[in-house]
Amino acid sequence: MTTPGQISKGCTQTPVLRERGQHEVFCGLTSIIWLHRMMPDSFFLVVGSRTCAHLLQSAAGVMIFAEPRFGTAILEETDLAGMSDAQDEIDREVDRLLSRRADIRRLFLVGSCPSEVIKLDLAKAAERLNARYAPKIRVLNFTGSGIETTFTQGEDSCLAAMVAAMPSSDTAGLVIAGGLPDVVQDQMLDLLDRIGVKDVRLLPNRSSDEEFGIGPNTHVAFVQPFLGETYDILVRRGAHPVSAPFPFGEQGTTAWLKAIASRFGISSDHVDAVTEPARLRARKAVAQASEPLDGKRVFLLPDSQLEVPLARFLSRECGMELVEVGTPYLHRDLVGCDLAQIADCPTLSEGQDVEKQLDRVRAARPDLTVCGLGLANPLEAEGLATKWAIELVFSPIHFYEQAGDLAGLFARPLRRRAMLQVAAE
Amino acid sequence: MKLSVWTYEGPPHVGAMRVATAMNGLHYVLHAPQGDTYADLLFTMIERRNHRPPVTYTTFQARDLGSDTAKLFRDACQAAYERFKPQAMIVGASCTAELIQDDPGGLGAALGLPIPVIPLELPSYQRKENFGADETFLQIVRTLAKPTDRSARVSCNLIGPTALGFRHRDDITEITALLNDMGVEVNVTAPYGATPADITRLGAAHFNVLMYPETGESACRWMERTLDQPYTRTIPIGVGATKDFVEEVAALTGCIPRLDTDRLRLPWYSASVDSTYLTGKRVFIFGDGTHVATATRIAREEMGFEVVGIGCFNREMARPIRALAKDIGVEALISDDYLEVEGRISNLAPELILGTQMERHIGKRLGIPCAVISAPVHVQDFPARYSPQMGVEGANVIFDTWVHPLVMGLEEHLLHMFREDPEFNDAAGPSHHAHGAKQVSDAPDPIGAQIIWLDEAERELRKVPFFVRGKARRNTEAFAEARGDSQISVETLYEAKAHYAR
Repeated sequence: MTTPGQISKGCTQTPVLRERGQHEVFCGLTSIIWLHRMMPDSFFLVVGSRTCAHLLQSAAGVMIFAEPRFGTAILEETDLAGMSDAQDEIDREVDRLLSRRADIRRLFLVGSCPSEVIKLDLAKAAERLNARYAPKIRVLNFTGSGIETTFTQGEDSCLAAMVAAMPSSDTAGLVIAGGLPDVVQDQMLDLLDRIGVKDVRLLPNRSSDEEFGIGPNTHVAFVQPFLGETYDILVRRGAHPVSAPFPFGEQGTTAWLKAIASRFGISSDHVDAVTEPARLRARKAVAQASEPLDGKRVFLLPDSQLEVPLARFLSRECGMELVEVGTPYLHRDLVGCDLAQIADCPTLSEGQDVEKQLDRVRAARPDLTVCGLGLANPLEAEGLATKWAIELVFSPIHFYEQAGDLAGLFARPLRRRAMLQVAAE
Repeated sequence: MKLSVWTYEGPPHVGAMRVATAMNGLHYVLHAPQGDTYADLLFTMIERRNHRPPVTYTTFQARDLGSDTAKLFRDACQAAYERFKPQAMIVGASCTAELIQDDPGGLGAALGLPIPVIPLELPSYQRKENFGADETFLQIVRTLAKPTDRSARVSCNLIGPTALGFRHRDDITEITALLNDMGVEVNVTAPYGATPADITRLGAAHFNVLMYPETGESACRWMERTLDQPYTRTIPIGVGATKDFVEEVAALTGCIPRLDTDRLRLPWYSASVDSTYLTGKRVFIFGDGTHVATATRIAREEMGFEVVGIGCFNREMARPIRALAKDIGVEALISDDYLEVEGRISNLAPELILGTQMERHIGKRLGIPCAVISAPVHVQDFPARYSPQMGVEGANVIFDTWVHPLVMGLEEHLLHMFREDPEFNDAAGPSHHAHGAKQVSDAPDPIGAQIIWLDEAERELRKVPFFVRGKARRNTEAFAEARGDSQISVETLYEAKAHYAR
């Protein structure tokens, strides 16, 4: 799946270290934190335990919203006794919720570890509730459970459920798959428009009124690398994926735009001409922001599945040396182009055994370790600079105008260490 | 099934983590899926801990369910023992693992490790975080503490402080110094900072100081029965309670009651004239039972506030909080549903909330100032400076913390006198806060929507101080509605005022 003209195989042949030990990652429920903001007419109802509710609250940065558009129907002892009960309970909680929240047009029932272990059938619940509330409210279900999904896979699972519910259509057009902050989405649509790509649809869409169909004339470009299941179902429904590196940094964005342009018969020269000022701006911003990164060694722990595209950006555009690139899953259909552009990666790992991986971090003593929030302060206390990976899924980092900011996110911990003159004990 | 948006307490295994993380040389093997590892960040981010919680998660996945999750658990225990070499281990299940019934306790014991392996039974679908901490510590104490000779000098154990506790770190320092001043040594502080070896020495103390009933009461009761150690009932938060605590310790030990009040400033600050404006301020108090009970006493006896409502989120404390509410003539709210708490606050329209981070957000929304007195904690509740709640310095800290969100004394008088002036308008808020504080919403209530305010009455209402205006509006509307009036005149306004005046 390399782009035409790609000669080097990069790291596509690098043997992958597969690990199956303790995983130090969030579950897919965490995706709800950004998904609910991208779909303002939706409510995400997790059917789970107190732990699920506590996770959402902790990951959301503790109680920031008035009454957020997500919540947890907490299973209690009585629900665990009999199944028919639990289905009635879901109906009751949903009725109560929808009567209080008249603004809700889409309701997602989200499966969790406990709901899956007790085999609570949320598809059945969604079907029944749909019959009751359609067409005013659409009810879908997906899993965010930690026994099935890791962190960003919750978004994947949600988008796949949305695709499955879409009508079929022969209309030609481009679908952009993957959630983005509004500001970035607008920039992207503007870029595509100026290049000459029309009829762009977004998945997820901001409103259920913007529904569209999928079929053999649909082309799909991905802006997030963690959408493996969504990729598969789109392909099954006849859509044609555009293979490209992900639009991080100047090079990634240009390659991504050119891959789409080529699909629609638009020349590479035209893309160059249209994007020249933005490319120059991005290149200058990256050069400036990445100065502290040049020649430094980076270790990426598995977290969001953004690791491979980011490793490409850091090594190709910021001059960093890769020590290890870890990812929860290596979906080659999606990250193959990025992998091909990484010249050298000593260790490529999939899955995790956190203790062993931390031993490798300590042995390598990288200049920067990209990791989850649970590990960041302990590593800092061991004298290792870290970048919290979760910021990468919450911050605008895609496309030309954010390329400098993206480099800046990685450079800031190093700049900060250089500034501080008092040592932490 | 119960819909929950924000929760006051996590699941019970998070309580167990608070105990394990507070201790040294103890390891927790938790049978749990990968998502449960989020709990690490509570400790490393909120509390800024510089090491990972000593927890190994089995992180089983869906594909493991068909095969052998029990083996996964055994392997995780063995690997954790070999890597961390703890003095003791606690083993248990999170909510999901509880459903697959692998019996972590039995599996852990069967491994034959050369250290104590303590099984935890924490019912995830019935109980919550505080129970988890209390029960975990009880099991550790039951397993490890043995009768032993009392120390030569009078000594006690400090029981209850955990990781992620509200100011536990500084309360330990304050109470240790207070006891030392009386000639009482601290034998062991636990769980905070204790090792399993320390737990075996608990019996050497002459008595126990129960600092936080939420997390230490079961262990204290057990030690009272089994090790013949009495424990203190007074929680030394506030001036009166600290003095009572000193008397209680003296009575238990025969030491002379002694409290160094040189640095105690709350009583004078409260008596000084600038504090006159605190008189009768209407406060609503909500949090964990222990902090609510102590705050209620301080509010009434040491700050001169009027307590208009109290409540707690932990059902275990429902009885004492209900009794206290009855004593002071208010209604208790026992609930972990923050919407219910918000509703109560909105109805009572207090001038100050003493609550948790949750009430701080409710206060922000309703435009009511709030000071935080209790867990659940936030990164703000771990200040760099010394900031206890207990003892003499705790009382000083509490005075400052509670007064800070309010408009200062003289400033409030000026607001009354010059409220028409642009510099002193209602929207200006306390001058020591950079942001413009939001005002109590005095927008019409839905119930009163059909009642019309005449212009003149509306103008008169604007003259009522802003922080009670919302309540004045609601009271007047309720009064008018009860009388069957369809419009409100100035006269109605003042009749309502007279009606509600006590």
